[in-house]
Amino acid sequence: MEQILPFEKPLIELRAKIDELNSVTTEANIDFSEEIAHLETKLAKLQDEIYSNLEAWDRVQIARHQQRPTSLDYIHAIFDEFIELHGDRNYGDDEALIGGIASIDGQAVTIVGHQRGKATKENIRRNFGMPHPEGYRKALRLMKQAEKFNRPVICFVDTKGAYPGKAAEERGQSEAIARNLVEMAGLTVPVISIVIGEGGSGGALGISVANQIYMLENSTFSVISPEGAASILWKDASLAKTAAEAMRITAPNLKESEVIDDVIQEIPGGAHKNQDEQAVYVAAAIRKGLAELNQLSKDELVEQRYAKFRKIGSFA
Amino acid sequence: MSIKNIFSKPNKIKKAQEQNDIKAGVMHQCSECKHVTVTKDLQKNLHVCPKCNYHHKINSTERIAQTLDEGTFESMDDHLKTVNPLGFPGYVEKVEIDIAKTGLNEAVLTGTGEIDGRPIVIAVMDSFFRMGSMGSVVGEKITRAVEKATELKVPFIIFTASGGARMQEGALSLMQMAKTSVALEKHSREGNLYISVMTHPTTGGISASFASVGDYNFAEPQALIGFAGRRVIEQTVREKLPDDFQTAEFLLKHGQLDKIIPRNEMKQTLSTIVKLHTKGAN
Repeated sequence: MEQILPFEKPLIELRAKIDELNSVTTEANIDFSEEIAHLETKLAKLQDEIYSNLEAWDRVQIARHQQRPTSLDYIHAIFDEFIELHGDRNYGDDEALIGGIASIDGQAVTIVGHQRGKATKENIRRNFGMPHPEGYRKALRLMKQAEKFNRPVICFVDTKGAYPGKAAEERGQSEAIARNLVEMAGLTVPVISIVIGEGGSGGALGISVANQIYMLENSTFSVISPEGAASILWKDASLAKTAAEAMRITAPNLKESEVIDDVIQEIPGGAHKNQDEQAVYVAAAIRKGLAELNQLSKDELVEQRYAKFRKIGSFA
Repeated sequence: MSIKNIFSKPNKIKKAQEQNDIKAGVMHQCSECKHVTVTKDLQKNLHVCPKCNYHHKINSTERIAQTLDEGTFESMDDHLKTVNPLGFPGYVEKVEIDIAKTGLNEAVLTGTGEIDGRPIVIAVMDSFFRMGSMGSVVGEKITRAVEKATELKVPFIIFTASGGARMQEGALSLMQMAKTSVALEKHSREGNLYISVMTHPTTGGISASFASVGDYNFAEPQALIGFAGRRVIEQTVREKLPDDFQTAEFLLKHGQLDKIIPRNEMKQTLSTIVKLHTKGAN
């Protein structure tokens, strides 16, 4: 069943009315075409109005939509010859953070990305897209391999956060993420990170030290979830909506504060409305980013990344 | 006031009040084993309980005094001021209170100094300032300190003590993890030494960034070190966590630390390591 978002209710009600009139038209042979046309115009207008005035909390809902396209959806839609590669060569294979090689316009690339499921069974297998240390270490292994063969790295960011578990702590969740931050800083190949859903704190940052960071229009990137922020700030998780606004976690917010480089437009209503159409926008952003970064030398790539993160911060 | 007087207070005085009196006075009661020490003696013992060996939290000034050669420390970037990028009500005011309380401009003290005559750059996080949390100024001060060490080609040493990234600055705080990392990568690429000493507590975004990527990762005994909060993990895994979970000892056992260093051996150990990385010193 399709998941309905609260702010879409007026649209769904109107659509139901139109459908009803349509069926009356066919069944009872009464002509409602004028009314239907009128309502369709009204619907289009209302849709435009709602979708172009999304609040932070609405975007959080879209970012968390069960049917929102995942890393693998974009990988299959955008790249050719994708071969998934497994394991960190140390402990295991983390299905919450996947990777592999592929090509785009004939150029070989390495891809890593958080991977959640769209249904419960797959979500359990994918640990709801929350990686263990071996996920970050697999990602690092593949990124170093990309560096050896001088091919760009594309990262898809989509996680509530790195997994908060006992085993994760034992195997060094902190070190795995920290290591990635430092190693990514030094990669001599182009790195592009694209936040496609939720960008949850350190777990998201662990594959985001890139030359370019893009965010889908309805994705989020935050130091803490809105619920977490609300419970710490106001001891009340139900104020998450207020926190989402206050924490400035949306793509337009973060573009404004220069934390990210670009916002990738989403199709009306959000990426889940049409995965293939959305992939076209994501592909265009990747092509544009690669065209720019392919021009830079190894040293320039490292310097550009340094300068990019060096300037982030607000103080007097 | 004599020791006898302190302890002859009638029982009716509330416990909290009693503890406050002891702390404020010439005596100090260990929060772990309740052993009472003369404050001056505790200070001489580097704020380590002589009975149970508990390493009490110390502020950044005390840490500098314990670690560097006397009179060699010159602090850096004391002028940087925290602003309120997200417009959180009361945020700057809270920072102002801690500025007054600690005499620091933010939750980290950075500067140049010497250990047994050898130059280093040091950063000491201070958990008495907003729990040591990292916002833009903390990230900037640490980054500038790393860059200074790289420029001078001297070791960079950090003592971490922090609950993590500072929520009130949102994604800007998160990105300080990346900013400090790019600086450390350059420092390392140019062949320079970086030592991380994790002290109580080192958690969240601090543990998941610079604290964990030293050429040497050390910790003080019993320090709390971890990525996720204990309560969060307990809720997730629904099992009882071991008592030593996320302590320095737990990390050592799981291969996450090079060594646990008691406070009374800290300066000597750091000095030896710095010496072993100095050309022609041996």
